[in-house]
Amino acid sequence: MFPSAAFPWFGMDIGGTLVKLVYFEPVDITAEEEQEEVENLKSIRRYLTSNVAYGKTGVRDVHLELRNLTMCGRTGNLHFIRFPTQAMPRFIQMGRDKNFSSLHTTLCATGGGAYKFENDFRAMADLELLKLDELDCLIRGLLFIDRVGFNGHPECYYFQNPSDPHSCVKKPCNLGNHFPMLLVNIGSGVSILAVYSENNYKRVTGTSLGGGTFLGLCCLLTGCETFEEALEMASKGDSTNVDKLVKDIYGGDYERFGLQGSAVASSFGHMMCKEKRDSISKEDLARATLITITNNIGSIARMCAVNEKIERVVFVGNFLRINTVSTKLLAYAMDFWSKGQLRALFLEHEGYFGAVGALMELLKTSEDL
Amino acid sequence: MAECGRVDSNTSSHTMDKSITLPPDEIFRNMENAKRFAIDIGGSLTKLAYYSTVQHKVAKVRSFDHSTKEAAGDKLYEISVQEEVTARLHFIKFENAYIETCLDFIKDHLVNTETKVIKATGGGAHKFKELIERKLGLKVDKEDEMTCLIKGCNFVLKNIPHEAFVYAKHADSEFRFQTTNPDIFPYLLVNIGSGVSIVKVESEDKFERIGGSSIGGGTFWGLGALLTKTKRFDELLQLASKGQHSSVDMLVKDIYGGSYACLGLTGDLIASSFGKSATADKEFSNEDMAKSLLHMISNDIGQLACLYAKLHNLSRVYFGGFFIRGHPVTMHTITYSINFFTKGEVQALFLRHEGYLGAIGAFLKGAEEDNPNQYSWGENYAGSSGLMSVSPDMNPMQRARSGTFDMLEMDRLDRQLVNLPLLQDPSSYIPDTVDLTEDAQAREYWLSCFEEALDGVVKRAVASQPDIPEAAERAEKFRQKYLHKLQTLRHQPFAYGSLTVRSLLDTREHCLNEFNFPDPYSKIKERENDIALKYYEKAVKSLEELSWEDRQFALVRGVLAGNVFDWGAKAVSEVLESNPEFGFEEAKRRLEVYPGSLLQGPPHRCALFFVDNSGVDIILGVMPFVRELLSRGTEVVLASNSGPALNDVTNSELHILTERIAAMDPVIDSALREDRLTLVQDGSSSPCLDLSRLDKVLAMLVRERQTDLVIIEGMGRAIHTNYYAMLSCESLKMAVIKNSWLADRLGGKLFSVVFKYEVPAGKPH
Repeated sequence: MFPSAAFPWFGMDIGGTLVKLVYFEPVDITAEEEQEEVENLKSIRRYLTSNVAYGKTGVRDVHLELRNLTMCGRTGNLHFIRFPTQAMPRFIQMGRDKNFSSLHTTLCATGGGAYKFENDFRAMADLELLKLDELDCLIRGLLFIDRVGFNGHPECYYFQNPSDPHSCVKKPCNLGNHFPMLLVNIGSGVSILAVYSENNYKRVTGTSLGGGTFLGLCCLLTGCETFEEALEMASKGDSTNVDKLVKDIYGGDYERFGLQGSAVASSFGHMMCKEKRDSISKEDLARATLITITNNIGSIARMCAVNEKIERVVFVGNFLRINTVSTKLLAYAMDFWSKGQLRALFLEHEGYFGAVGALMELLKTSEDL
Repeated sequence: MAECGRVDSNTSSHTMDKSITLPPDEIFRNMENAKRFAIDIGGSLTKLAYYSTVQHKVAKVRSFDHSTKEAAGDKLYEISVQEEVTARLHFIKFENAYIETCLDFIKDHLVNTETKVIKATGGGAHKFKELIERKLGLKVDKEDEMTCLIKGCNFVLKNIPHEAFVYAKHADSEFRFQTTNPDIFPYLLVNIGSGVSIVKVESEDKFERIGGSSIGGGTFWGLGALLTKTKRFDELLQLASKGQHSSVDMLVKDIYGGSYACLGLTGDLIASSFGKSATADKEFSNEDMAKSLLHMISNDIGQLACLYAKLHNLSRVYFGGFFIRGHPVTMHTITYSINFFTKGEVQALFLRHEGYLGAIGAFLKGAEEDNPNQYSWGENYAGSSGLMSVSPDMNPMQRARSGTFDMLEMDRLDRQLVNLPLLQDPSSYIPDTVDLTEDAQAREYWLSCFEEALDGVVKRAVASQPDIPEAAERAEKFRQKYLHKLQTLRHQPFAYGSLTVRSLLDTREHCLNEFNFPDPYSKIKERENDIALKYYEKAVKSLEELSWEDRQFALVRGVLAGNVFDWGAKAVSEVLESNPEFGFEEAKRRLEVYPGSLLQGPPHRCALFFVDNSGVDIILGVMPFVRELLSRGTEVVLASNSGPALNDVTNSELHILTERIAAMDPVIDSALREDRLTLVQDGSSSPCLDLSRLDKVLAMLVRERQTDLVIIEGMGRAIHTNYYAMLSCESLKMAVIKNSWLADRLGGKLFSVVFKYEVPAGKPH
């Protein structure tokens, strides 16, 4: 048996809105190990693996679980858990209650929260965090999951015929080591990276119009409270009641500049008019917000891809979770505006790569010992 | 997307017959001669453009025919005031609510029946098409919005000095005007209407929409109205300017607890716009939400503009559209965004007449047969409202008095203006020595100085027209107008571009012309010319008696002493008024002159001499100097003003004077006949000198003659302007400081001498 890090194995990514936690549940525990296993370690394992919801807001994405995965010589299941960053104090509290510090494990954390909550972990739970850079973790985690695959299936997919709603279908593929790629991480905000190899990348730019903007605006405009609610409303709405299209201004295409009549000329443009504001539905507003944010990200990503001369654009981040409206729109936007030059790629574990990368750092540190 | 057609929800407003608060004939001026109309109707503002001819008085001088007429008597030449017709472009901007009233006024005053069509652009054009056709009986001819916009943009960039500016909210002067660069292409125009269009302009006729965004002014307005229940765009901006975005936005420090140092992202950077509003249990203030929205949209547009500028390798990026139009708030956020995304490599540029671009372009489309681009045009300071004249942020009082009309008038110049070919670097040439927009102390002094001098100017103007009883009344109107301009400039020094002594002088000339005082100094100039001529032979003779070295010294002294006689300088005009006996010899005695090195060494091929005042200056100071140059074998080009300004000698006066001198002096006579002495006009009517706007003929002559020496004389030309001008040949700047404040500032005394002889680097004398 290889020397490996002491259990439990966690990787954590504390973002602006969500905390992403990956937990490796070993399934190859020997009887000897079982005997030596301290009680609270068992109880943590039992608590995490026998529940799918934790407290009011914690969720285990069961459908994403990677089964019989070998990491660092051990076999086990990788669990994907998320909860709102707002619940961080309660999480730290729990760490103290479960006497986590007695387990002598290193808690590897990335994301801004690794810095922000470092003192709280130390003061409240007597825990030292190993802080990791979020972009390093993101790339490492992403390439690892793509390599091991999704329980025998590819992790990566794209849309065939993205410009035709009727024949547009999701197709699996392998990301592989086809560098360079433009990596667009859509969390609360957006970071755009040009990745040339596992260890060679640069942050090209970012935008503050991201998932947090979609949800924040939706909450203000519709009174909804969750991402799921917002997306549900958006799926029923019609953004053309909110947005002003080219044809609303020019009566058809603006041929002089090759603009289709159906293109959005002004997001929320109809809302300049009071009568239209008074009669608009929440669903339409949610839809328009989603379309506006998504198109904008697509547009910036496309410009970056052209400027950086990169043809493959990989979209990740929790904004894309259960959000086929956005993934399809991004796929369409990349294809249409680049006249087929650019391809949008997506990954099944959307927002968890940072946490996976953090876990890998834990295993790597122990190997170094 | 360009500004698109949208009329505020109270659509009935445009039919409301609100009365115009200003007398319409002061707004729609020269309507009786108007032809070629164009109109640009946007979401809330209408811009009307028309071409008109202005009949105004000009002063003419004409030599008496001495062979037939003995009636000349003691008069040197005949001064007459004649009517002249010049072309002017009028642009007026007003709220859509006044369209109907305005159309009625135009109809009542429209005499010219040749006009059959009106060019129209802007999103509102189709909405008002029927109304315009019915009211005016003109056919509405629609023009493409973007084409008009670009045409207008090219026109203002080429013809209006200080059109473009950089906005710096926290600097001493918020507006930093760009010097006019003759090569305006290529550039990027980012038009922020309801959406955003990004257009690359490569030449007069070649432009392309390379991109755009749907997140624009309409998004700010529409989304802002939904979030804050505030209807008007202006009010939303007001809200935004009072808000704190950090309560709504998720900042980097909200996520990290501090900065994300390894990526160089500071803690205050917005990580997620509206990221904190994803909660049901918190209320946000309208101000804060509006502010967050403003940042979100400005940053987004700035980022896209930078990506396009980088992709197309363009460094000049102009911003326009109703989102920008005169709003310091949006100019600031866009500037901030551009600085952030390009790390200062690209500057956001704004335009003084941005609101007029569409109307100007539509007008130019309609006037193509007149080929307006073959002329040079100049902004008429008397007839134009300044920047921000109707800005609610600058003038809250004025905003309340709705129905403020903003105007731009441009005069067609008789001559096409070009750079002096001898400028070392035309793109960095700045005519003005001190930018009063940035120098508050100097600004205060000069504004007061011009205000105090106003009485004298008014008196002089009335005196110049003794036989016209209503001259006093006109002069009073002139006083009011100029005083008002000075007051405006005191509060908004940036109103007409960089404020300079030159712009103050030019504005005064424009206002004088406006009230038909084309040449208040004509009679004084004549009298002084007459007296000086009488001394010419004696002066030349006494110079000839001197040794070579003494003569060089005396010649320089003579030019400088002559330059003392200047009615434009307050200190001097006081001396001249109180002591009419004050003479040339006395002036020479007062000056401390060091001998110049100028006339040593091999003779120059050709000297270009920009002259200043009439009378003693030109006749007893400049002419003997010219004579010496000629005797040395140097050809001389004498450049004087095309039109009158103060007591400066005009080209037509100089022609007469030179002939008279030639009759007395064979040296001048033969030089004239042999074309070694040439008189040209400089294309201006200003007491100052802008070497980037000179008569094309002058420029040609300078090139042909292979001019290798430029002499610039007088305070207006050699000190207020061109003191730092770098020329590619030898140059001499000569003046006497006739202003004690300026003398103080330059560390000298009143009547100190400026004698600046410069040889360009690398050229041995």
